[in-house]
Amino acid sequence: MSDITSLHNSLVSRILEGEGQASPEIRRAAFDNEGLAEPVRTFVDKVAHGARMVTDADIGTLRKAGLSEDQIYEIVVCAAIGQATRQYQNALAALSAAIGRN
Amino acid sequence: MRLAILDHGHGVRAKAMFALIRVFSGHPVVDAVKLAFYRPSFYRGGGLTQEAMRGPSDWSVADRELMAAFVSKVNNTAFCIAAHTATSALAYKDGAKVSATLADLETAPLTEPLRSTLRMLGKLTRENNVDADDISTVLAAGVSEHQIKDALAVAFAFNVTDRLADVFDFAVDDSAAIKAGAKYLLARGYR
Repeated sequence: MSDITSLHNSLVSRILEGEGQASPEIRRAAFDNEGLAEPVRTFVDKVAHGARMVTDADIGTLRKAGLSEDQIYEIVVCAAIGQATRQYQNALAALSAAIGRN
Repeated sequence: MRLAILDHGHGVRAKAMFALIRVFSGHPVVDAVKLAFYRPSFYRGGGLTQEAMRGPSDWSVADRELMAAFVSKVNNTAFCIAAHTATSALAYKDGAKVSATLADLETAPLTEPLRSTLRMLGKLTRENNVDADDISTVLAAGVSEHQIKDALAVAFAFNVTDRLADVFDFAVDDSAAIKAGAKYLLARGYR
């Protein structure tokens, strides 16, 4: 079996706690898709639930709000990994439940 | 790409490597590679993707590339659909099987364990949730617990990568570059 557990843990701690230009609080909130102020709140929700629909104008809105490209980059990475992590953990819990009742 | 730093913000070593890639491959550097080499101390997802796609598994490399293409199809991410359709087709030596799977999972010429697994990955990707009944259906189709974990790792990697490709607006390469990329991914992997 492949095992991404430790790689996943180190990836998450790197993006949330490692060196970055967005504050650790914003990175954590983007990862959780929770507790953000506008316009980042709407943007992060779009990354999580409709990434295909993100436009140049969405990025423009963040620039106008004063975010640098590196801050936007970090927020996107945190939002993407956060949403994929929730899916992954949900499915692992469903797997444990299914194995437990067999 | 939507962020100029992902096109032009790399360090000297990455820029030198990109120049070599351009010379030796004869193709432009693809956006996925530019992302992978931007501030690797921050994101650097290649090791995890390598483990999911090439680590030990009862799924073949071709099967896992098909899962990557299928998850990307559900997310409607053009760059990743193109790249992993080509890589899966090359690994299976059967492009028709891959095309049929992306066109209609239910009628594609697949084994039931693989079809059942893809169906579950599709639901997880589309709805963000699966439940114990969904997983029990996959187990009943003859898929092992380990295989389910392996498939979920592939889905995780591509649910991250698809989002990044869409938000950063990766360019879809021409077909020659896509084929060259598929050959590279089979020979060298994701590191």
